Amino acid sequence: MRTLTYWQAISEATVQCMEADEGIFIAGEGVDDVKGTFGTTKEAFARFGASRVIDVPNSENATAGFAVGAAAGGLRPLLVHTRADFMFLALDPLVNLAAKWRYMYGGDKGGVPVVTRGVVGRGWGQGATHSQSPHATFAHYAGLYVAAPASPADAKGLLVQALTGDTPVVLVENRNLYPLTGEVPAEATGIPFGVGRIARRGDDVTVVATSLMVHEAERAADQLAERGISTEVVDVRSLRPLDERIICESVARTGRLVVADTSWARYGFTAEVAAVVAEHIPHVLTAPIRRLALPDCPAPVSWPLEEAFHPGAGGIVEACLRLCGQTQGDLPALADVAAGFQGPY
Amino acid sequence: MTSGHARLLRDMVRIRVVEETLADYYRDEQQMRTPTHFSIGQEATAVGVCAATTTRDWVYTAHRSHAPYLAKGGDLKAMVAELYGKQAGCAHGRGGSIHLVDRAVGFAGSAAILGEMIPVAVGTAWAFARSGEPRAAITFFGDGATEEGVFAESLNLAAMRRAPVVFVCENNLYSISSPIGARQPAGSTIRDRAGAAGVTAVQVDGNDVFAVHDAARRALRHCWEGRGPYLLELATYRWREHVGPGFDHGHDQGYRPVGETEGWMARCPILRATETLREQDPDIDRTVAEWRVRFDDEIQSAVAYAKEQSFPDVEALLDGAYQPVPR
Repeated sequence: MRTLTYWQAISEATVQCMEADEGIFIAGEGVDDVKGTFGTTKEAFARFGASRVIDVPNSENATAGFAVGAAAGGLRPLLVHTRADFMFLALDPLVNLAAKWRYMYGGDKGGVPVVTRGVVGRGWGQGATHSQSPHATFAHYAGLYVAAPASPADAKGLLVQALTGDTPVVLVENRNLYPLTGEVPAEATGIPFGVGRIARRGDDVTVVATSLMVHEAERAADQLAERGISTEVVDVRSLRPLDERIICESVARTGRLVVADTSWARYGFTAEVAAVVAEHIPHVLTAPIRRLALPDCPAPVSWPLEEAFHPGAGGIVEACLRLCGQTQGDLPALADVAAGFQGPY
Repeated sequence: MTSGHARLLRDMVRIRVVEETLADYYRDEQQMRTPTHFSIGQEATAVGVCAATTTRDWVYTAHRSHAPYLAKGGDLKAMVAELYGKQAGCAHGRGGSIHLVDRAVGFAGSAAILGEMIPVAVGTAWAFARSGEPRAAITFFGDGATEEGVFAESLNLAAMRRAPVVFVCENNLYSISSPIGARQPAGSTIRDRAGAAGVTAVQVDGNDVFAVHDAARRALRHCWEGRGPYLLELATYRWREHVGPGFDHGHDQGYRPVGETEGWMARCPILRATETLREQDPDIDRTVAEWRVRFDDEIQSAVAYAKEQSFPDVEALLDGAYQPVPR
C-alpha cells in the first residue's frame, strides 16, 4: 500500500468522493485560494472549479444554514473551517437544525447530511481563540457524528464515510497531524463511525486518546517501553458514537487508564471516557483514572507558556509512570510535537 | 367573482376559522401541550404568497407557522394531530406547532430559533438553481428576525449566489412585547436594508391579499427566471398575544395600545377582501357564511380525529435520532 500524508489523504478522499457524487460541493472561506486549506482543497478546486469549490463570504452562521438547506434540497455539502474556533459561529445551524432535522420532523422525512471539517491550529502562538478544538462541544448533541481522525488512513476513511452517509458529521483535524505519513488505501472505502482501533497493543496501562493525543501516546509508549512498561493505545476515532466496548475491553485487561485529550477536562472527552469506565467496569481499576488535558485557562501565546499549556507525550509518560508506581527518574523529556514548526502561520 | 380572487378569500376564511377554533380548544382544554403562535390577523400574507407558488417551490417558516402551512396546502388533520402530540401528527409528535412539515405540498419545515430558516431557504434555492429547474424557496419571518446577524448574512449570500429565494418579512411591529421602535432605528426600513445588500425588495400592504398576491407573483417570476433573490416586506398585525390564545391589548394587559390593536382589527384582511369583492359578488356575505360553516365542520372533524388518535409509543423514543423511521 502506498504512503500519503494526512493532508494528502483528506484531499484524495475529497476528490474521489466528488468525482463519484456530483451533489458534493465544498463551501468555506478561502477554500479556493492558492494555499487550498493547507493543500486539502487545492486539488478539488483544480478539478472541479468554482461551481463546486465555493469561496463563501465571512458568514459562518448563514453558510452552515445554507448547507442545511442545500442538503434538504438533495445536495451534499462539505463545509470547511480553516480555523475550528470559528465553528462556534455555526453552532445554531449545526446543533439546532442539522443534528435535529431527522428527529424533529418525525424521523421519516430524511435528514440533512452536512459534513463539516474543522482545522485545529495549535502551535506557534495561535492563542486563546485560534487553537481550540470544539469536538466535545459538538459531541454533546444527539443527531451528530463527531470524529477526530489520528492517522492518514482514518482521515481518508472517515471523510469518505461522512460524505457517503446520511448523518451530519463534524470532523476535527489537528494541524500537527497534517505532515504525518501512513499507509492509505487507494480505494475510497469508508470507516464506520463508532468504531475505535487499537493503535498499539499493550498489557500494563491503557491510554485512551483522541486526535493528536493518539500520536503523542504512541511516542510516549516508545519511551515507556524502555522502562519495561507495555502501553496499549486506544484511538477512539469517533467521539460520537463512542466505542465503549474497545475502551472497556482494554481497561479490563490492564486495570490502569490514562485519558488524553487536546481540549479541557471539565465536561470534555476525558470526562466521558472516565464516566464510561466508572459506569461499566469500576471494579477492574487498580489505580484512579488519570486525565491528561489542558489546564484550566485559555491558551496563552508566549512559547514557554504554550509548551506548559498543551499536553503531550511527556505528560502521558509521566501519568503512565505514576500509575505503574514509577517516577520519571533519568528518562529524557520528549520534545514538543510542534518543535521544528516553521513559521509564520 | 373570479375563481382566483375567490380562492384567496376562501383560504383566508379557512385559516381564520381554524385558528380561532384551535385557540379556544387550546385555552379551554389544555390538551395541545406545545407553545402555539396563532396566525390570527396574518392570513393575507400567507395566502397571498403561497397561492403564487407551485408545489415544487418550497416554503420554510419560523414559529408562526399555521397560516403558511395551511395556505401551502398542508394537511389540516395532520397539523391538528401534531398539536395534540399524536403519532398521526405531521411530525409524529416530535415537532409540535413549531416544527410542522408537509413535504408533499412543499411545506419544507418550520423552526423556532429566530432567523434560522432564512439561510436554509437560500441553500435550498441555490440547490434548485443548480438543478436548472425553475423552482424557488420562500422563507417567512418577522420583523424581529431581521435584527439577527444571520439575516444580513443571508441577504448577502443570496445576492452573491443569485439564489432564487423569496424572503417574506411579515412586519407586525412587535417582537413579543417589544415594539419595532425600540429595536430598529427610525428612518431605516427592512426593505431598504435588503436593497442595500443587493436584493430586490418591495414594501406591500400585508393585509391586502390581492396586493400581496400580485407582489408574490412578481417575486416568484423574478426567481424562476434566474434573476436572483427578492424580498417582500409585508405590513401586518397579529391579533392575539405572541404565543398562546389570549389577547394582550386589553386595559389590564397593556403592552399593545387598545386603540392600535382595534384599529388593525378593523382593517382585517378578510373584511377588506370581502369588501373588494362585493361588487363582483353582491351575495358575498352569504358565500363567506357558507364557507365558515363548511370550515367549522372541517376543523371540528380534525379536532375529533386528533383526540381519538393514539400517542407515539414510548418504546420508540429514540427512533429517528439517527436512523430513518419507516413511514
